[in-house]
Amino acid sequence: MMSNGVAPPSQSTEPVLQVTDLSVVYNTEKGPLPAVRHVSLRIGQGEIYGLVGESGSGKTTVARAVVRYLPANGAVSGGSVLLNKLDLMGLSPVQMRRVWGSQITMVHQDPSAAVNPSIPIGEQIAEVARVHLGMDRRQAREKALQMLNQVGMSDPEAVAGRYAHQLSGGMLQRVLIATALTTNPQLLIMDEPTTALDVTTEAVILDLVHDLLEQYQTAVLYITHNLGVVARIATRVGVLYAGELMEEGAVPDVFKRKLHPYTLGLLGCVPRVDISKHDVELNTIPGSIPPLDGLPSGCIFAPRCPMAEDACRLEHPTQVEAEPGHLTACRRWQAVPRLPDLFAAPQSEIERGETPEGSLVLDARNVAKHFKLRGMGVAALWRRGPSELRAVDDISIRVRKGHTMGIVGESGCGKTTFARCVAGLVEASCGEMILEGEPLAYSVAHRPLSVLRKIQMVFQNPDASLNPQLSVGACIGRPLIMLGDTPRNQVGQRVRDLLRAVNLPEAYADRLPHELSGGEKQRVAIARALAANPTLMICDEPISSLDVSVQASLMNLLVRLQGAQGTSYLFISHDLAAVRHVSDWIAVVYLGRLWEVGPAEEVFSPPFHPYTEALLSALPIPDPDVRQKRIRLLGSVPSAVHIPPGCRFHTRCPHKIGAVCETEEPAWQNVARYHSICCHIPVDELCDLQRHLLRVERPAPGGKEGER
Amino acid sequence: MTTYLVRRFAFILLTIIAASLVIFVATRMMPGDVARVMLGQFATDQAVENLREELGLNRPAHVQYLDWLIHFLTGDWGVSLVNRLEVRGMVLQRLGNSLKLAALSLGIYVPLGILLGVVAALNREGPVDQAISGLSMALVGLPEFVTGLVLIAFVAISWRLLPANSSIDPDTPLREAFKYLILPAITVSLTSLGYIARMTRASTINVLRADYVRAAELKGLPRRQVLLKHVLRNSLLPTVTVVAMGIGWLIGGLIVTESVYGYPGLGRLLVYGIQRRDLILVQAVSMVIVTIYSFSNLVADILYGVLNPRIRLAD
Repeated sequence: MMSNGVAPPSQSTEPVLQVTDLSVVYNTEKGPLPAVRHVSLRIGQGEIYGLVGESGSGKTTVARAVVRYLPANGAVSGGSVLLNKLDLMGLSPVQMRRVWGSQITMVHQDPSAAVNPSIPIGEQIAEVARVHLGMDRRQAREKALQMLNQVGMSDPEAVAGRYAHQLSGGMLQRVLIATALTTNPQLLIMDEPTTALDVTTEAVILDLVHDLLEQYQTAVLYITHNLGVVARIATRVGVLYAGELMEEGAVPDVFKRKLHPYTLGLLGCVPRVDISKHDVELNTIPGSIPPLDGLPSGCIFAPRCPMAEDACRLEHPTQVEAEPGHLTACRRWQAVPRLPDLFAAPQSEIERGETPEGSLVLDARNVAKHFKLRGMGVAALWRRGPSELRAVDDISIRVRKGHTMGIVGESGCGKTTFARCVAGLVEASCGEMILEGEPLAYSVAHRPLSVLRKIQMVFQNPDASLNPQLSVGACIGRPLIMLGDTPRNQVGQRVRDLLRAVNLPEAYADRLPHELSGGEKQRVAIARALAANPTLMICDEPISSLDVSVQASLMNLLVRLQGAQGTSYLFISHDLAAVRHVSDWIAVVYLGRLWEVGPAEEVFSPPFHPYTEALLSALPIPDPDVRQKRIRLLGSVPSAVHIPPGCRFHTRCPHKIGAVCETEEPAWQNVARYHSICCHIPVDELCDLQRHLLRVERPAPGGKEGER
Repeated sequence: MTTYLVRRFAFILLTIIAASLVIFVATRMMPGDVARVMLGQFATDQAVENLREELGLNRPAHVQYLDWLIHFLTGDWGVSLVNRLEVRGMVLQRLGNSLKLAALSLGIYVPLGILLGVVAALNREGPVDQAISGLSMALVGLPEFVTGLVLIAFVAISWRLLPANSSIDPDTPLREAFKYLILPAITVSLTSLGYIARMTRASTINVLRADYVRAAELKGLPRRQVLLKHVLRNSLLPTVTVVAMGIGWLIGGLIVTESVYGYPGLGRLLVYGIQRRDLILVQAVSMVIVTIYSFSNLVADILYGVLNPRIRLAD
């Protein structure tokens, strides 16, 4: 397989981890499921190997097999795992336990769940030092403090005495990284270490990992679904699909010259901050990942591959080293670089929304939602301090016909509460909301049916928002009957029309939600929202729980439906690239207030509000040629109970100019006709400060040269 | 934590005062004449009037209540109407007996229940787990008078290992009373054992699945350390709370068990008071039981707070 000549540079030294032909089987009621098949990979010292794949690709199974920590029904059915020539598969469970924590350490996905809630932080690091480094209590404690210092904790002494609930997600992830590096392991496995974090925190953690690994020279297996993260941090990348490696190589090689159609399709699915829906539709990969009990006999990607030939379907391809150090499992790999548009959606003419003067659909003025904090009964009498949580504190937004207003911000910034105020699910505390000239009642209970029909909502988690007892047809049919004026005998026809509109087969009307995949469920949720023929559709993180390729097809669907029906969207997401892709207008929210608002392309080009700038700088971009200026926000969003005085962002602002930021609320400045920023720094100065935020460095012509 | 304790304590006092009102109303404000009820149909009017005078029943209700409450709080619990003895001495003596029984029972069922629960959780779905789960299910369902009688039939009567009757003199010193305590304690334990085991099993299974336990395993810590330090510290939290809340029941609520064995605890004293229509005694015992229940709840809350840093450090 890898015998054709020149050894690639990264493999010239002895690998720290060498996985050869690894296969893993899960024994289930349906029989054995081959979750991972013939995966081989080598990781050298100081190398960060990014293993990417969508859900169900087997990436976590690979990691668990390497450390021999599979669930009870899982077993390694073939292959070998060598850690510096030590055969891990041959070790007894007791010997393996000695490898854990000393030679191989792990950092897990959700830091708040991976730290024991009832043991102080310092002790959780010190116990590793005691068990593996043979230190006594005092030495181990010293070591723990030293490690906390290493991961950038300003006051290790204080942190060591705290408990998990007293630290933010980002701090906890630092703690886990500190724990993992305590024994200076040979291999560090990181399983989606930043997935549960905000984009700003993610950036800080990625920087930290990058800096620490330069110092420690540990070999790293980095598992993620996020191609942007791989581009930023990894040296090599392996693309896993349904349990097999499709393509592997150095990061710049793979991102620049894709040699497998799956990689090509996957990268085209990811929205970019510099391209909008008016420029291009996102790639979609037709079909879905094959079930493990019904894998195709030939190439496992052939059923979804537009360039598959008969030979691809008959014969299982072998991995070839197409270029030095660049492997692909596609037999037609030579053709791939010549077909950049292989997965491009058929370009339909997408109409631009009406001009900014277009009719106003939603005019929300000074909306606020203050939650009263209450204790239990008599206990409330003893409560001290502020008793209000100002989730939304004066947000004004206008949505025009056929336009999308995107709302971005970190978690806890109030974007979902605002959306729920507009939908009437949460009663606003004050402010005015006007829908097509008519004032909206605060509570959904006080809104007449005709108004309810006009505002529909698509929720984040379709598993929770679709009634599991109700068939898809009944689910879509209910708003038709209750909110629309559809005669009962035409409901069936309308349901079929709606299913077709969201690209689902008509036969799905009889299915129950659990028979659908995540993406299909979300399509049903969209069809249900459309059934009422709304003027305003509120999409609250509609794609966040879905895989990259499914996200792309849903975004395309939303954009296409908008073009056809002229619905206005309020699109809420923490994913800046997704918001940029679907939105005409963008509002940036922080601590319950708006800080920047304007047309999407203007908001995402300088001058930015310092917060917008930080968000953009933090965003991992799946293109190793894009250089982002390092602007990092430290700490996390302050509590909405104790809002900082003056400009609310001053506690984290990298451009804070002085006392004025701490004492005075900034005023709105107009940048362009529709683009405004709320900041003390004059717009001209912001322009100067922010000139080189994103820079594309492409050596050869053809790339997009330029700065934003 | 301090403010939390102060709040909880204030809340307990309110609970006890509210309960005292209920007790007072239930015992004195019943329809009909209390003195008549106490003395029976055939008492002379003069006797009834004397009793009314003695009990102060001719005063307005709120004066009666406050008078009674203040006397109770200052330690004057009155004189039994039946045997003319100081109620306080009687109640406290029985309370001591109840405490002995409760302590022995706790000592049996808590360690055993936790052990069974943890063993079951570690062998989840296996034969050991099924045996333990089946047993605890059966025990939870069996009332004390059944387990008690079965134990008497076998242990006391057939095998003659222990006395069947525990109606000892309330003053018996602990050393001699011990053998009379064993059977009642086992009876009480059997009922609670299943409950504790099931509770511990469920929470331990939950904790074993937690990410932080997986993380601890993959830190390469010895298995015993993972279990004792990372698992049990979290999984025993709910169990500890349940145990602490059960103390109230162990001291004041063992009426059935005490009756089966004739053991002189608080429960039997309450039954005795009710049978003899001794309102003074019933009031005193009820108040003691209410107080114990309230404080065992407080102990449960405090323990939960002490063991759970999320509560302890909340202020």
